[in-house]
Amino acid sequence: MGFASTLLVIVLLLNFFMLGASRVRAVINGSAMQGVVLGLLAVSVHAHLDLEIVLIALVAGLVKGLLIPRMLMKAMRGGAIRREVEPLVGFMPSLLLCAVTTGGALVFSSTLPLAPQHAGSLLVPTSLATVLAGFLLLITRRKAITQVVGYLVLENGIYVMGLMLLEAMPFLVEVGVLLDLFVAIFVMGIIINHINREFSSLDTSRLTALREE
Amino acid sequence: MIAGVLGVVLCVVVLVVSGLVALGLTRKPQVAGAVAASGVVLGALLGLWPTVRVLAGGASSEASASWSLPGGTLAVGLDPLTAFFLLPMLVLGAVAAVYGREYLLLFADTRRLGFPFFGFNLLIASMVMVVLARNAVLFLVAWETMAIAAALLVSFEHDRPEALRAGWVYLVVAHLGAMCLFVLFLLFKASAGSFDFAAFAQTPPVGSAAVAVAVLALVGFGSKAGFVPLHVWLPEAHAAAPSHVSAILSGVLLKVGFYGLLRVFQLLGTRADWWGPALVALGISSALVAIVVALYQRDFKRALAYSSIENVGVIAVGLGVSFWAGSRGHPRVSALALAGALMHVWNHAVMKGGMFLVAGSVLHGTGTRDLEQLGGLSRRMPVTAVAMTVGVLALSALPPLNGFVSEWLLYLSLLRLGADGAGPLPLLLVGMLALVAALAALAFVRLYGVVLLGQPRSDVARHAHESSRWMTVPMLVLAGLCVAMAVFPGFVLAALDGVRAQVGGPALFPADQLSLGRLGAFNLALWAVVLLGGRLFLGLVVRRPVTEDDTWGCGYPEPTARMQYGARSFSELASEQVLPAMLGPRVTRVKPVGLFPGAARFSADDRDPLTRRWYEPAFARVAGWLASLAWVQRGVLTAYLTYVFAAVLAALLWVSLRSGGAP
Repeated sequence: MGFASTLLVIVLLLNFFMLGASRVRAVINGSAMQGVVLGLLAVSVHAHLDLEIVLIALVAGLVKGLLIPRMLMKAMRGGAIRREVEPLVGFMPSLLLCAVTTGGALVFSSTLPLAPQHAGSLLVPTSLATVLAGFLLLITRRKAITQVVGYLVLENGIYVMGLMLLEAMPFLVEVGVLLDLFVAIFVMGIIINHINREFSSLDTSRLTALREE
Repeated sequence: MIAGVLGVVLCVVVLVVSGLVALGLTRKPQVAGAVAASGVVLGALLGLWPTVRVLAGGASSEASASWSLPGGTLAVGLDPLTAFFLLPMLVLGAVAAVYGREYLLLFADTRRLGFPFFGFNLLIASMVMVVLARNAVLFLVAWETMAIAAALLVSFEHDRPEALRAGWVYLVVAHLGAMCLFVLFLLFKASAGSFDFAAFAQTPPVGSAAVAVAVLALVGFGSKAGFVPLHVWLPEAHAAAPSHVSAILSGVLLKVGFYGLLRVFQLLGTRADWWGPALVALGISSALVAIVVALYQRDFKRALAYSSIENVGVIAVGLGVSFWAGSRGHPRVSALALAGALMHVWNHAVMKGGMFLVAGSVLHGTGTRDLEQLGGLSRRMPVTAVAMTVGVLALSALPPLNGFVSEWLLYLSLLRLGADGAGPLPLLLVGMLALVAALAALAFVRLYGVVLLGQPRSDVARHAHESSRWMTVPMLVLAGLCVAMAVFPGFVLAALDGVRAQVGGPALFPADQLSLGRLGAFNLALWAVVLLGGRLFLGLVVRRPVTEDDTWGCGYPEPTARMQYGARSFSELASEQVLPAMLGPRVTRVKPVGLFPGAARFSADDRDPLTRRWYEPAFARVAGWLASLAWVQRGVLTAYLTYVFAAVLAALLWVSLRSGGAP
């Protein structure tokens, strides 16, 4: 379990890294690394390896570590954005917020009635903290691309939670979730493209026309 | 032919399947219409046989199958009460479907007709399912399907704002009603432990729960039946819907509300003393308000819709008097009133269904429902005029037509109740019902005169054309049914006997049955006299030489069509001098003054008075309150995500606080 815990700590640190980075490229790279780590995690959490788990680890690593980051990089170059210039909440405050939510997640998960084999592990707090970090990314950033990364991180958190249930969950469900994620990011990529073409900017705070007056 | 409830289930299947096929054939409206209409006719024929058998005294039957929905079983049943409401659905449904095929094809160039054909079949199928259902979940599914199908049909002409609005209002009212029904069935479930009607009947709610059930039924089913003040959806929906749908809405759908009331009362078992007076009060106020407002309507179909509310009120009065007299030990009165109310359900289905088809024919021939643009149609649309004559006489409750028979039973019951020494209240009711009848007669004389008689008030009326046989024959069929039901009331009464027993009403006294038979003979004699006399009169007139000349024009040298009484001027005396101003239209006028008067103007806002005076201000006020919450809608994605984030955090916090921090 030692190796798995190390990986989980890396996941948590990557959350902080993404929230603190101003370069969009760095944020995307952070999410890619998180994806790879999650792939490794799937292998390391389980004592006995079988084909299913290895397959899932491989597919998850590939999709999250390679495929999606590549698409995002491409979108970034297309949109000619390098930095998150003016986040709605500054980098320092968002790091602090992340610290608070991570701490909260640790405290909260200790109150949960978990199954004995998960009781001491970092899986649940990491999962919650990652979901909340994804939320924070979504809320505090202006650029559409960073928000997509936020969505990705949120999904990563759910994936960590799913790792606990890997034995219980059928392979198909897991693959279906990955496919869903991929399609969602794909669609977002297209939308980003359209936003960019329409407004020559990817600043989502300008998209308020649908508000009911 | 399959007898029993399965035959009717097969009818539902045929209806839905033919509707779906029609939906698939959207691109070929001719074929789609033929498939859908023949599906309804075939379904009606399949369903009629078991229905008629049950009404003729055959055994009730039930069937049930399991269903994956929690609490739901596919339990259906066919008993006299179901059959009683099923019969007009099937008959009017088949007639209206044949008519509707031709009617909708008029729109074939501008609209896609697949859905209207499918929606009509779905509407009929869901109504049939509502009366068949013996499980609350199944009932509610059918009930909601009925509401949605009807709402979509109402907004058929969806590019007209008033049609969209009508559909919207209908949906809102239907869902408010459905909400009451959900609570109602949950109350039943609480005491019975199951959603099956059979279990409901064994252990019905008692005490305050029973009172709540009865009140919820009055509101939930009353909104469907159209009791004032829950009627606001009704005139809008009836006016906006295609005419064959209006015929179904008014003829059958409103009665489904009565089915629900009677079913719930039957399931409750013991009768509370207040049901009767409550129904009477609701009924008489609905009838009075609606018939007054009907008098002012400028729209042909809206006027008919208000008259529907009036008739619903009359039915409610009949039921109420029957319950009331029953609980006070006047079985003879109770039997008369119940017979009158039930008979009026059928009568109104036939006569108002026919009248809406007439309105559709007029709309088809002229392109307008505006009474101020019609006129002189009796020469241009002779067959429609015949059907309208019968319908108007029936709706005015005049002999020798069926409307008279049922209202006569009602009067008879009230007079007998008065004579039995039940105080002055029944006699007061007689007076109020007579007032309603007089106003109804006034309203229909107005409709008849403005539409059929006089000179055309516009070019469209001048160039009106008669509808094809596919539309005129259905109208004549319904007119013929009106006559038949007036001449043979005994048959109708015999068919009602099973329902009477199921609702728990006493049997009609032999003397009253005999007098009803005599009334039929009287009607027949009257028809003979009228027809023979008419023939003789025509013979005499035809023999006389005819001279053509201008109508007597009150001394004006050049009379024009605009000088005749219009729809508005006909009801002016009533609206300005006699009837309460609260119900009248809001009038704005600039009178011509002085020796050289300037431009004069007159306009009347004939929207529903309750909508205008109560609902619109109330809803506007609520909207005003809610506007202060508009800041929540930032239109910024981030803001919404923050709401979600906050909600998630709050939920986590709540969970961890509730578990008390203990692992």
